[in-house]
Amino acid sequence: MRKKEMIAMLLAGGQGSRLGVLTAEKAKPAVFFGGKYRIIDFPMSNCINSGIDTVGVLTQYQPLSLNQHLGIGIPWDLDRRNGGVTILSPRVKGDTGEWYSGTANAIYQNISFIDEYNPEYVLVLGTDHIYKMDYSEMLAFHKKNKCAATVAVMDVSPEEATRMGILNTEPDGKVYEFEEKPAHPKSTLASMGIYIFTWKKLREALIKDDGIHPDSDFGKHILPMLLADNDTLYAFRYDAYWRDVGTIEAYWDTNMELIKTVPAFNLYDDFCKIYTEEPHQPPLYTGVNSEIQSALISSGCEVYGKVQNSVLGPNVIVDEGAVVIDSIILQNCKIGKNTKLNRVIIDSGSTVGDNVTIGEGDNTPNEEKPNVYFTGISVIAENSVVPPNVQIGKNCVISGVTDSSKYHNNTLLSGGTVTVGGVKI
Amino acid sequence: MNAVGIILAGGNSERLGSLTSLRATAAMPIGSSYRTVDFAISNMSNSGIGKVAVITQYNSRSLHDHLSSAKWWDLGRKHGGLFVFTPFISADNAFWFRGTADSIYQNISFLRRSNEQYVVITSGDTVYKIDYNEMIDEHIRTGADITIMTRNVAEDENENLCVYGVVSQDADGRVTDFEEKPIEPQSRTISLGTYVISRSLLIKLLEAVVEEGRYDFVRDIVERYRRKLKVYAYDYKGYWKSINSIRAYYDVNMDFLKKDIRDIFTRQEPFIETKPKDEPPAKLNTGSEFRNSLLGSGSIINGKVENSVLFRKVVVGDNSHILGSIIMEGCVIGRDCFVENAILDKEVVLSDGKRLVGTIEEPIIIKKRAIVS
Repeated sequence: MRKKEMIAMLLAGGQGSRLGVLTAEKAKPAVFFGGKYRIIDFPMSNCINSGIDTVGVLTQYQPLSLNQHLGIGIPWDLDRRNGGVTILSPRVKGDTGEWYSGTANAIYQNISFIDEYNPEYVLVLGTDHIYKMDYSEMLAFHKKNKCAATVAVMDVSPEEATRMGILNTEPDGKVYEFEEKPAHPKSTLASMGIYIFTWKKLREALIKDDGIHPDSDFGKHILPMLLADNDTLYAFRYDAYWRDVGTIEAYWDTNMELIKTVPAFNLYDDFCKIYTEEPHQPPLYTGVNSEIQSALISSGCEVYGKVQNSVLGPNVIVDEGAVVIDSIILQNCKIGKNTKLNRVIIDSGSTVGDNVTIGEGDNTPNEEKPNVYFTGISVIAENSVVPPNVQIGKNCVISGVTDSSKYHNNTLLSGGTVTVGGVKI
Repeated sequence: MNAVGIILAGGNSERLGSLTSLRATAAMPIGSSYRTVDFAISNMSNSGIGKVAVITQYNSRSLHDHLSSAKWWDLGRKHGGLFVFTPFISADNAFWFRGTADSIYQNISFLRRSNEQYVVITSGDTVYKIDYNEMIDEHIRTGADITIMTRNVAEDENENLCVYGVVSQDADGRVTDFEEKPIEPQSRTISLGTYVISRSLLIKLLEAVVEEGRYDFVRDIVERYRRKLKVYAYDYKGYWKSINSIRAYYDVNMDFLKKDIRDIFTRQEPFIETKPKDEPPAKLNTGSEFRNSLLGSGSIINGKVENSVLFRKVVVGDNSHILGSIIMEGCVIGRDCFVENAILDKEVVLSDGKRLVGTIEEPIIIKKRAIVS
C-alpha cells in the first residue's frame, strides 16, 4: 500500500439506545438526518472535504444498513484503488470471536489495517454528531505542536461539563489533566471525541493498555495513560456548529433547526458539501392544493396536502387533505388522505393510512420507556403500517405492520405502544 | 444482451435558439432533474445493453461534463460500459463528422471490436422510455434488415410532420416508403430516430455509403435502401417527445407536471437515472406558495410559484410570483418579480421588481448567466 500521511478511523459501532425505535434495526450512525442524509454522512463528508482518502469504519451494532449505505464509498468519492473506505467489523481470531469491547480496543484490533498504510497520523472520531469540520486544520495544529495526541474540544456550560470528558489546559492549549465527567469541573473545555494521534505513539499505547484494560477506551484509559507517561497532549478548540443527536428530543430539535429561514447550520454552501447515497432522484412535486410553509423537502416527494415546520426525506408522499406539522418523515413513507400528524417522527418505508390522527392528547410519557419517549413526540419505526381511521396520542411508539385489531376502539392513548414482529422499542 | 447501443448526441437544433448556443440538445435540462441524454442512456442500461457509445460533436463541453462518469447509469464497467466519441484528427482525415453515418463510420472500430449481434441506434435528443428487448425481438421475428421505431401521430396532435421522417408501411409493418422531412407527408406515421440493425450489416452499409461520399444515416442508408432492404416499422405507443423546438422543449417540461406522464419516468421501474449533484433538500420558507410545480434539490423558495418547473439551486425571493415558466439550475430571482411563460437558462439573475411576461406559444428566453437588472 502507498504510504498515507493520515488515515481516519470512524467508530460507528454504537447503538444509540436513547433514540429508541429509530435504532432498533440500525446503528445510530445509519439513522437518517435532515431529510436525505444519514448521521455518518457528516463525518464521512468531513473526511473527504479535509483531503482524507483512506477511511476505516468500525461497525458492530446492527451494521447491515450502514454497510449497504457505505458500499464502496462512491457517494463520498472514496471508491479508490489505494485507500478508500473499508468496513472493519469485529471478526473471529484464532478459535474465538472477539467483539470490540471499547473505543480503543476497536482500534487495537485493527492495528494491522492501519499499519498497511504506514501513516504518520491517525484521526479517530465518533460518528454520532452533526457538524462540519476541516480536519486538516487540526492536523496542522497537531504537527505544529509535535505532540502525541490532539483532542478537539469545545466550550460547554459548567453544567454540561459534569456529563462530559473535560480537558484542563495551559493557555496555549497544552493539556495537563483529563477528567471524565468531573463533579466539579475546573474547565469547560469538553472533548468532542475527535482525536489525532501520532500513530507511533498511539500504537505503543494501544498495545500497552491492552495488557491492562481488556475494554480499553480512549477517554478512560488511553488519554490518561499518555498524560501519565509525560506525552504531550494538546486541545484543539472548535467553536462552530456541533450537535449531538443522541436523544429523541435532540434529534427532533436539530432537524427543526435546519428549517429556520437562516439556519445555524448551512447545508447550502458549495465548498463543503455533505454527500450521501442518492439512489434515484426525481424532482419534488407539489399538488394544486398543496400548502407548504417552513419545510425542508427532499427530491422525489409528492405533496398534495399541507406541510408545515417539517422535514421530509426523499420520495415521501403526503396525500390530499393530510396535514403534517412539526414532524420528521423519512424516505419512502406514505401519509394517507386527511391524516393529521403533529410532532411525529416516522422512519423510512412506513405507511400511515387515511384519516389517522397522531400526536393529539395529553403528554403521558411512554409506559414502557418513559425515559426515552416523554417530550410529546410519537415515533413510528421503519417499514411500519398504521391502519386507517385510528387516533394515536403523544409519546406513542408503533412498530411493525399493525392493523386496526391492535387499536382498542381505533384509539391508542398517549404513552401507548403497539408492536408487531418483536422489535424492541 | 446481444446488442450494443449507439446514441447520436452530436446535433443541435437552430430552432432552440440561444438555449443551444452553449450546449448540445442532448444536454438540455428536462423535468427539474434530468438532461435529455439521460433518457436514451437509461433506456439502454435498463434494457441490459452494457456497451453504449455516445457520439458528440456540437458544443459538447456540458455534455462531457455530464458524462464524466458512467457509474450513474451502471455503465462504469471494465467490459463494455460507456464510450464517448468526439471528432478527432488522424493521419488520413482532419474534418468534423460529416453526418450521422460518418460519425459512426469514423468510430467503426467500436462496432468491429464488438461481438454482439445487433446494434440499437437512437437519438440523444428525445424523451421517451422503452425496453429495447421488445424491439429487438420484433426485429428477429420479422426477419427485418432494419427496424425503425415509429409512432402514429393523431390528427389532433400539435406536431408538424414535415420535420420528421415519414413512413408508409404495408399490413405486415414492412416499410414501403420513407421520406425524410417531406413537403407533403404521405402518412401520419413518423420515424422516431431509433433503429435496430445487425452489426455486420451496419458495418457493410457504412463502408458502402462513405465510399460513395454519402454521410447521413437517415437519407443515405434508411431512405436510400428502403426498398432494397427489408425495413420494418416497430410501432411505439408510449410517451415520446423530441426536443426539436422551443415549444417542444417547453411542452416536455410542462408534461412533467402531469402525474401520468411524470410517473412513467419517476415512479414506474426501471427509472431514468442522472448524475447526482449532492444538493441538500429544497427549502420552502414561511410565506412561500408552491403549487403544481416541480422543484430540484438545493433550491430555496420564498415567493409564489405555480405551474412551473424549477431546477436545482434556484432561489426565489420574497413576494415574487412565477407562473408557467422553466427556471434552470442556479437562477436567482429577486424580490417582487413577476415571471410568466418564460424560460430562464442556467444561472440567470433577476434583480428585484423585474417583470418578464411571455406567451406559451413564444416564451421569453433569457440567456445563460444573463443579469437582468
